[in-house]
Amino acid sequence: MLRRQFTRLLGAGAAATALPSLIGSAQAADPLKVGFIYLGPVGDFGWTYQHDIARQTAVSHFGDKIKTTFVENVPEGPDSEKVLNDLANSGHKLIFATSFGYMNYVLNSAKKHPNVFYEHATGYKRAANISSYNIRFYQARYVQGIIAGKLSKAGLAGYVGSIPVPEVVQGLNAFMLGMRSVNPKAKMKFVLINSWYDPPKEGDAAKALIDQGCDIITQHTDSPAPLQAAASRGVKGFGQSTDMAKFAPGTQLSASTDIWAPYYIKRIQDVMAGSWKSTDTWNGFAEGTLQMSPFTNMPDDVAAMAKAAVADISSGKNKIFVGPLLDQTGATKIPAGVVMDDGALNGMQWLVQGIEGKLG
Amino acid sequence: MTELLVAFLVSTIAAATPLLLAATGELVVERVGVLNLGVEGMMLAGAIAAFATANVTGVTSLGVLAGLVAGIALALLFAVISLTLQANQTATGLALTIFGRGFSALVGAGFVGIPAPTLPKLHFPVLSEIPVLGPVVFGHDILVYLSLAILALVAWCIRATHLGLILRAVGDSHDAAHALGYPVVKIRYAAVAFGGALAGLAGAYMSLAYTPLWAQDMTAGRGWVAVALVTFAAWRPFWLLIGAWFFGALMYLSLYIQALGVPIPSAFLSAVPYIGTVVVLVLISRDARRIRLHRPAMLGRPFQARA
Repeated sequence: MLRRQFTRLLGAGAAATALPSLIGSAQAADPLKVGFIYLGPVGDFGWTYQHDIARQTAVSHFGDKIKTTFVENVPEGPDSEKVLNDLANSGHKLIFATSFGYMNYVLNSAKKHPNVFYEHATGYKRAANISSYNIRFYQARYVQGIIAGKLSKAGLAGYVGSIPVPEVVQGLNAFMLGMRSVNPKAKMKFVLINSWYDPPKEGDAAKALIDQGCDIITQHTDSPAPLQAAASRGVKGFGQSTDMAKFAPGTQLSASTDIWAPYYIKRIQDVMAGSWKSTDTWNGFAEGTLQMSPFTNMPDDVAAMAKAAVADISSGKNKIFVGPLLDQTGATKIPAGVVMDDGALNGMQWLVQGIEGKLG
Repeated sequence: MTELLVAFLVSTIAAATPLLLAATGELVVERVGVLNLGVEGMMLAGAIAAFATANVTGVTSLGVLAGLVAGIALALLFAVISLTLQANQTATGLALTIFGRGFSALVGAGFVGIPAPTLPKLHFPVLSEIPVLGPVVFGHDILVYLSLAILALVAWCIRATHLGLILRAVGDSHDAAHALGYPVVKIRYAAVAFGGALAGLAGAYMSLAYTPLWAQDMTAGRGWVAVALVTFAAWRPFWLLIGAWFFGALMYLSLYIQALGVPIPSAFLSAVPYIGTVVVLVLISRDARRIRLHRPAMLGRPFQARA
């Protein structure tokens, strides 16, 4: 019932082409309230930091036409539903929930507030008033893998991960595929720390990997601690989510950086224009949502290779997860010529050949 | 193989250092009969004070000093409430931990995600070059050596000096110590401040050397492990060292085993250090005689001077 009403409302909004000027003036008087909930502190200098940068960009783009509120350090548990409801009840019409673990709480809150639009990052459950959006982080992992394959003297990279969700598995696999594309004998070890943000543990995990011979470190966690650990042990590493060079200037090779602002601006625009629809967005290099920070601390030819790889992935020439792909036991998982589609990627729970250790 | 072992030992010693510092302080506090459960809070206060100072001034030694002072400040707050005003020590200690966590998060809000100078590792000419022994024994930062020196000093002081005798007397029978003319409350104040100083140093080690960052709750329960260590060691300094290394190894091992590719679920490995703490404490508590024999008799009891 609610859903039908809602669809009709959307239809009415789209049909009323003569009205935009009227809507615009109404909004100028009454700014659109947009809410954000963050997993970490805005200063984590990683994941949350990049989301907040995008929020600020949206604020400067729209000026006094919008009013934003953010709540940081929201744990991925029942508390997040309370925060979402609070935002909805206090007049926020559009809410960005910026972490995977909020998914079911977004679903609950969205049911209670059918007139509020929800945007959930990195999840897969949607509803009439919930969209999901994500970045193809694995594209940057592949490029990092190429660099690691060229620079690792031991042919062994170390990967600090968080939890074994498909997004993390894609990253592990893409890194390994990139590394093996230039060094077919390359191997990789990984440690999952069961958290997205726990600097001492992230650092310890990196140390454990370095202690076992890994000479390139990359991470799928949010703080610069692994990069600092790499610096203290004299090996190289990659930044995550944001350019972390200032934490370890002589150590960072490059960082995959998340550029959320264009998406946030577009979605806010859609709500203002009454054209917001539930969608699933998964952008990467091609749309500029994912970028590599400058390639440093490496020879020019390696940097050139990395740039070429970014261009190939951007243009769609290199789709990365293309068969033949072998799993850890050497069995063919994806036959030659087959390209894994987004559905298969989002269910990925196996590791490619060359990665040591088990998921779980 | 040797390389693996050397790397493992170096990492274990680093992981044990904050535990050792904080536990040494708590040991002295408990030996004079005071139970301060605020170690975690004092460590966090020390961590943020050290990080903020090092970040603003750019001088790590000032940061370390600030961590020490912050630890003392919180410890004195505890002392005023529990020793002078005679509030329940357990409740006051818990409150101190909660206060320290919240206060450090508040002060630290502006310091999240920025770099600070790191405490440098010392380099001894010739000695640091020795294979195996060099990196394991001579490749650490100053606080690692300081923690060992302080432990040795505390062990010697308690066992062999007049001061140690007084401390033990206050902890085992404050009425007798008072009757002999020793200022029980003043001595306890001093011991609590010493404990705070070491907890502050442990915090400074966390935010300037171990993970040179500030993050909310970055001590992640190490203060509690330190409190447990004192019981584990049965209030004896030498066993404290064994315990600190053991738990340091355990904390690090949970990640190390995973990197080796041993097929154990990572969630279980993350829980291992805490399960270990519980198991060890249960095993030790089974021997009630050993605990009674070593535990300061006045532990946790308030002292009121009577004429």
